Amino acid sequence: MDGLTLASPSAERRTYSPWRETWRRYRRHKLAVVGAFLLLALVAAVVLGPFLWRVAIDDIDFAATLQGPSLAHPFGTDDLGQDLLARMIYGGRISLAVGLAAMMVSVIVGTLIGALAGMSRGALGHALMWLTDLFLSLPQLPLLLLLIYLFRDGLKAVFGPEGGIFILVVLVIGGLRWMPVARLVRAQFLSLREKEFVEAARALGASQARQVIRHILPNALGPVIIAGTIDVAAAIIAESTLSFLGLGFPPDTPTWGRLLYDAKDYLDIAAHWALFPGGAIFIAVVSINFVGDGLRDALDARKVI
Amino acid sequence: MSQFLLRRLLIAVPSLLGISLVLFTVLALAPGDPFSELATNPNVPPEVGLALRAKFGLDDPIYLRYLHWLVAMAQGDWGFSFVSRMNVDSLILQRLPTTLFVIGSSQVLALLIAIPVGVYAATRPYSLFDQIANVLAFIGFSLPTFFTGILFILIFSIRLDWLPFVYTTDIHATGVHWLIEEVRQAIMPVMVLGLFQAASMTRFVRSAMLDVIRLDYVTAARAKGLGQARVIVRHAMRNAMIPVVTLIALQIPAVFGGAIVTEQIFRIPGIGSLLITSILSNDTPVVMAVTFVFACLVVLFNLIADVLYGWLDPRITLR
Repeated sequence: MDGLTLASPSAERRTYSPWRETWRRYRRHKLAVVGAFLLLALVAAVVLGPFLWRVAIDDIDFAATLQGPSLAHPFGTDDLGQDLLARMIYGGRISLAVGLAAMMVSVIVGTLIGALAGMSRGALGHALMWLTDLFLSLPQLPLLLLLIYLFRDGLKAVFGPEGGIFILVVLVIGGLRWMPVARLVRAQFLSLREKEFVEAARALGASQARQVIRHILPNALGPVIIAGTIDVAAAIIAESTLSFLGLGFPPDTPTWGRLLYDAKDYLDIAAHWALFPGGAIFIAVVSINFVGDGLRDALDARKVI
Repeated sequence: MSQFLLRRLLIAVPSLLGISLVLFTVLALAPGDPFSELATNPNVPPEVGLALRAKFGLDDPIYLRYLHWLVAMAQGDWGFSFVSRMNVDSLILQRLPTTLFVIGSSQVLALLIAIPVGVYAATRPYSLFDQIANVLAFIGFSLPTFFTGILFILIFSIRLDWLPFVYTTDIHATGVHWLIEEVRQAIMPVMVLGLFQAASMTRFVRSAMLDVIRLDYVTAARAKGLGQARVIVRHAMRNAMIPVVTLIALQIPAVFGGAIVTEQIFRIPGIGSLLITSILSNDTPVVMAVTFVFACLVVLFNLIADVLYGWLDPRITLR
């Protein structure tokens, strides 16, 4: 009757709902909590910023070029006297949106391929894993540069200069980062599909689609959420790298990477111009990585905290 | 062992073919035309342009172009750069040593940092040293290479004026002075790439060591009366390195990405900056060849990782 005493309400340890339990585990990782707050602050600043700081991003003022931080321009100005705070708020929207959208692409593609490979028992699974390994050994940045360069003009004509590049950057970054998710999902599926609860569902006559959607997938999501979080950071870095190399968004779109690219020739006289966008990329990426680390502690049910 | 090596080599061939197919398909869709300059040049009669197109096989069906390209690549004929006016293979061979030197020394630096720090942190988990190392590692791989590069230039070249921020291949000095200049200009790029690599490697080494250090055979080695250093280095580390090698091999594509950015920041004349300039000048044969060289390097390093794997864990070679 040991099991009964543990489950009885008089037991010392209280039981929580799964979400509260997850939050309790997450809270114990101090830096993850700090990261979550930093991230929320950054998102709030980028979303609400344009309503509070009403300076145009392309307001040219030759009387105030390359100025350091001041009351009129808290983050200083660039070589055309444009306000850097306003430009960074605008660029932050693009960077975070690219990060989120590219993460969605990679998670959706990775989950689909991983689930197919995990459920099939024949040649399809092997072929998909060979494809995954092939993509893993592609040199990603060269290929990214190549694809952006080749297809930029075509998409620009259809969706406009910013929209076209946005779609292209998101699809290409997401399309080159799904492999870790696919591997994780496949590994989870291989072990979960043999578990008793899935067998029970099968015995009750559940179709394969129902087994996957209702029983296997929800249990495989933990590692996918963690990988997805890290993917947002990686996508932000990838987008900034493209912009920094001059092959990302059009020159008049101030993404954080583009601001750094423009600033790098003025390092000796206007260091603030490079430090603010670089610092913003760093804060976004480090806080997302810490959140991912906290989620790893919180979602891994085998780990006792 | 030789049979194991042969099998690994045979596995590398289809992945190289797959990569070349992917690259060729992508490039075949390129909007840029190397002969567009000839078509608009009034001094070149149109029939000469058409004859040139036919001679270089630009109007052939795509699978024929792929086969021709593959055969030519295998024979060492990598085409002609229309912009640099020289053969692509000699252009790349000229640039490749610089890239390999920067990547190689940064990997050595990363290993020199990551292995001692990771191992020491794993022997004292959750100590102050471990926590500081962990936070620094997080910061290290969250700092993108282009920003660390700019920070280094700002601090060491502009504020302190210690190091040059432009990399040159023709240093006007001889003997010891040449060596000193060579080292001085390589410090910043190697540090940028090496520290970025060291950050993630430290975490790999630490977690791999933590997995091994609790196993019974390590306790047994201690119980025999072996010293701490011998137990850690000879017994625990060799086994801990097996997953680390795999993880480092998976990082190789990211290393090349970092190398491209670093070469661009410090203006290092390697194949990474060659790729960027040839993309910007629509120099298709060079873009193609450089991307393929990067892919070959990735496959090659994976092969080296496999061999290391077999050396670290002899059981693998038997399978």
